[in-house]
Amino acid sequence: MSGLQLKNPVLRWIEYRLPIFSFLDHSLGSSYPSPKNLSYWWNFGSLAGIALVIMIVTGITLAMQYTPHVDYAFDSVQRIDRDVNFGWLIRDIHVNTSFFFFIVVYIHVFRGLYYGSYKAPRELLWMLGLVILILMMATAFMGYVLPWGQMSFWGATVITNFFTAIPIVGESITTWLWGGPAVDNATLNRFFSLHYLFPFLIVGVVILHIWALHRFGSNNPLGIDTKGPQDSIPFHPYYTVKDLFGLGVFLTLLALVIFFFPDAMGEPENYIEANPLSTPAHIVPEWYFLPFYAILRAVTFDFLWIIDAKLGGVILMFGAIIILFFLPWLDRSPVRSAAFRPYYKWFFWILVLDCFVLGWVGANAPDAKFQGVSFVIIGQVATAYYFAHFLLILPLLGIIERPKPLPNSISEPVLTGGGMAAGAAAKPMEKA
Amino acid sequence: MKKLIALGLTAFLGFGAAAAQAAEGVAIPPHQWSFSGLFGTFDRAQLQRGFQVYREVCSSCHSIKYINFRNFTEIGFPEADVKAMAAEYTVTDGPDDDGEMFERPAILADAFPLAFPNEQAARAANGGAYPPDLSLMAKSRKSGPDYSYALLIGYRDEPPADSDIELMDGMYYNDYFPGHQIAMPPPLFEGQVEYADGTEASIEQMAEDVTAFMMWAAEPNLEVRKQMGVKVILFLLVLTAVLFAAKKKIWSDVH
Repeated sequence: MSGLQLKNPVLRWIEYRLPIFSFLDHSLGSSYPSPKNLSYWWNFGSLAGIALVIMIVTGITLAMQYTPHVDYAFDSVQRIDRDVNFGWLIRDIHVNTSFFFFIVVYIHVFRGLYYGSYKAPRELLWMLGLVILILMMATAFMGYVLPWGQMSFWGATVITNFFTAIPIVGESITTWLWGGPAVDNATLNRFFSLHYLFPFLIVGVVILHIWALHRFGSNNPLGIDTKGPQDSIPFHPYYTVKDLFGLGVFLTLLALVIFFFPDAMGEPENYIEANPLSTPAHIVPEWYFLPFYAILRAVTFDFLWIIDAKLGGVILMFGAIIILFFLPWLDRSPVRSAAFRPYYKWFFWILVLDCFVLGWVGANAPDAKFQGVSFVIIGQVATAYYFAHFLLILPLLGIIERPKPLPNSISEPVLTGGGMAAGAAAKPMEKA
Repeated sequence: MKKLIALGLTAFLGFGAAAAQAAEGVAIPPHQWSFSGLFGTFDRAQLQRGFQVYREVCSSCHSIKYINFRNFTEIGFPEADVKAMAAEYTVTDGPDDDGEMFERPAILADAFPLAFPNEQAARAANGGAYPPDLSLMAKSRKSGPDYSYALLIGYRDEPPADSDIELMDGMYYNDYFPGHQIAMPPPLFEGQVEYADGTEASIEQMAEDVTAFMMWAAEPNLEVRKQMGVKVILFLLVLTAVLFAAKKKIWSDVH
């Protein structure tokens, strides 16, 4: 770890008065020691940050041409696509980067789940990440309303109707959110305003997230703490160049979708202007909300005469994320990485599968059937499993699972075994 | 636990089949377009023929409100011809210095005139049905342009013998329309238009041409997008390769 040596006198002059260069050096420069065994799964944090920047830059540009009024919103989006110089490009980038943003963040979250990155002392880091996820979802939902297509309007109507499920004050809260008796111009206006605001809130929480990260540094595929300088390498240049390479791969895939399949992940129905008098046959949210949509619809029965099915679904849907805040305490195992947890490793992959099943259920009409089994049933089983994973399986595993022996340090050759990802990441250590 | 995995796997593998089943209506047969694929482009002659079909057949009921006269120069019509065509239409302009609205011939900057002044007028003239705007038709259906093409050639005089559909008054049977009952009468018949380039105006030919035209109307920038995409991706591949080499070099003392 070398201290920062500035040769340029101007930079030295600034550094003396505002130590910003050493701050950067300590944040993501050569003075930030990182575990030497981070695998490519650790690229997704920086990718999420870059996706956020792309979203903000393209979003600000789009806002210069967009008109948040029910009579003009749809037309103004068409004008952006057709008449604004490269407006179609900016909009395709904004729309498709939002999809990639969610892919990257979901991978980032599951990375944390697999390697136990939420465990002490990184609980707050994990919880700040969940706050970012919730803000992202709110931002994405409001952004989807802005083009004022059929799915924009009906999606907004369905989602905001959740709030009517709240006992007694539900109706009033919903009217207050809408700014009127239905989703209308007032709703569109406030969604535009908030859609512009929320990304900057996300930036704020991202700063806290990175601050908390730097307190103890990154977790790693082995899930053990760094024991000394032999276990770590400076973030720059090692992880800056690795992140840049990852960024190159990310941008290539993103460009492939933007330029050759720009509408592939969107809903065709949203190219029809919003019409409050015509309900689409099949209202679906954007794909990244489908697992939550499935959980929402899984509750088809009233519970204890107090909670009706609608409220129950809403509680479970929000509960699916809220429960993650308690994960550091639900998971009782002292071992972080799934590489050394023979049972947890399996249950992790079953959970991944369960989330895909939920997404698939969310994409289908509840009265449809798969091999004779109604999607309601599949959704209920998958929802029950999701919660069982956190409330039953994890606490039990903490008691019954016998973890494999942990290596003494990151740089010491690892004993045989461990997960595939850990095995791949362990390679660099053989020579060290 | 094994049972759970097995159940999960079956569910997962069945994904594709079930998703296809769940799609509403009948399957739309895929069609090969000049603009299909990564490098596909519009066929200018086809777009011009398609516009002719739109103008002579469809435009009496369907608008293309996002298309301006100037856009037609992009599909190969000489500017003078488009100006002359625009001048055949009258548009309302104003108010003038006396505060009066007035009529004048259309110019390049004007939008292509609407088929009806508003939805109510359109419904009144079409037995209650509303002929949708065609500017975005090619993008607003699940199967894209394949849907419009299938619909245009999918009419039958009578519902097929095995179907239990009773056609309502003023409705027509179509193989590909959701629910099979459509208010639009069969719009195309053999030799309906006379193509300037001598192409035979069969129903399939006209349907294909006008659908290609609708795709262009939905996304006039399609060719620019693909051409730019090739350059951007080539650049990114080279950049990524260089970054990979840099990563290898820098990490060589760690490995």
